[in-house]
Amino acid sequence: MKIRLWGTRGSLASPGPDTVRYGGNTSCVSVEGPEGTLLVLDAGTGIRCLGLELPADIRRVNILLTHLHMDHLQGLPFFAPLRRPGVEVHIWGPAGTTSDLGSRVKRYLSPPLFPVSVREISMNLNFHESSGDSFEIDEFAVETRLVLHPNPTIGYRISSGGRSMAYLPDHEPALGAPRFPPPREWTSGFELAEGADVLIHDSQYTDREYEDRIGFGHSSIAHAFQFAGLTGARRFVPFHHDPSHSDDKLDAIISEAVERYKPAFEMVPGKEGLRIEI
Amino acid sequence: MSQQEIEVILARHLAEYLALPVFIVDPAGGLLFFNEPAESILGQRFEETGPMPASEWSTVFTPLDLDGRPLEPEQLPLMIALADRRPAYRLFLIRGLDGDLRKIEVVAFPLIGQADRFLGALALFRELPG
Repeated sequence: MKIRLWGTRGSLASPGPDTVRYGGNTSCVSVEGPEGTLLVLDAGTGIRCLGLELPADIRRVNILLTHLHMDHLQGLPFFAPLRRPGVEVHIWGPAGTTSDLGSRVKRYLSPPLFPVSVREISMNLNFHESSGDSFEIDEFAVETRLVLHPNPTIGYRISSGGRSMAYLPDHEPALGAPRFPPPREWTSGFELAEGADVLIHDSQYTDREYEDRIGFGHSSIAHAFQFAGLTGARRFVPFHHDPSHSDDKLDAIISEAVERYKPAFEMVPGKEGLRIEI
Repeated sequence: MSQQEIEVILARHLAEYLALPVFIVDPAGGLLFFNEPAESILGQRFEETGPMPASEWSTVFTPLDLDGRPLEPEQLPLMIALADRRPAYRLFLIRGLDGDLRKIEVVAFPLIGQADRFLGALALFRELPG
């Protein structure tokens, strides 16, 4: 399984000289299986660059959305394969309470939020709702669970050939918990991440920032490290960085957390362009 | 042990902050959690009882009607909320694990989550004088 980070930023794209190393694009991760199947996790602005690198003869694209907040969807109409005739596009995402996934995506891909409608971009969009089930995409087994984040949001666990990765880019497992971490069975996202070879997880805030943003749906770096430790994940990738955090600040935040928690797992900072093979 | 569904985790978190007694069960009626205010009515701490199957908790807490006759489990608001997937209310007596008899009223409602997943039920209690 080959994992590559195309966008690591949370909430808002933040390009500039201070975000060159961690990157300014919003959430997008590609996962390539041993038989060449490609999964795209979220469609933040990072998906544009991924689309430019995909082979011209690609016939099918699988996009797995965690939720429909703008930073996870904004890149979708700029994903080049969508415009190619004959390309089958499958989009998975959480079910809504009042309208289906396709309707909600199309609401964004239409005026006045976007100048053209979805039909003008792709005629071959297929939507699949998932809020806590398992399915297969070629060589991948995919599990979804609802996780703590405002509006319906799912996390993913993707397995192939005995390896697994968990993707929870927007996740606030500490919300409402009197003690953190709570027991495993009462921890949002635990099952998805348990024992994963790679855990890509929300680490948006410093501890101090989190105090002012409880309920926004994101984790402090401390909560992210504690969650990773609870799940027994082997490798932890801090992800969904706050747009106000420069490269130097992220270096400091992450190294302080490593010093404080001395984790038993491997920690790899989530930087745009990072490649991991498991 | 598998992880609880997210709506159930949120329900427990809410219960832990409420001053109202709250009792949460799974789809089979098994006790998942009751909060601190409920401990004074039920006569024991959740940490002491832990999770319990419905067949156990519905008899351990000895529910009685207002005339003192035992209530069958299926007559309890929680079990009605589970069986019929609708809100239910009842005024009745309960003998807690401490042996004391209390008059309580209970409102129970089913927990139906995203994509119409049936996740159990939640009951709110109130103890009445006398």
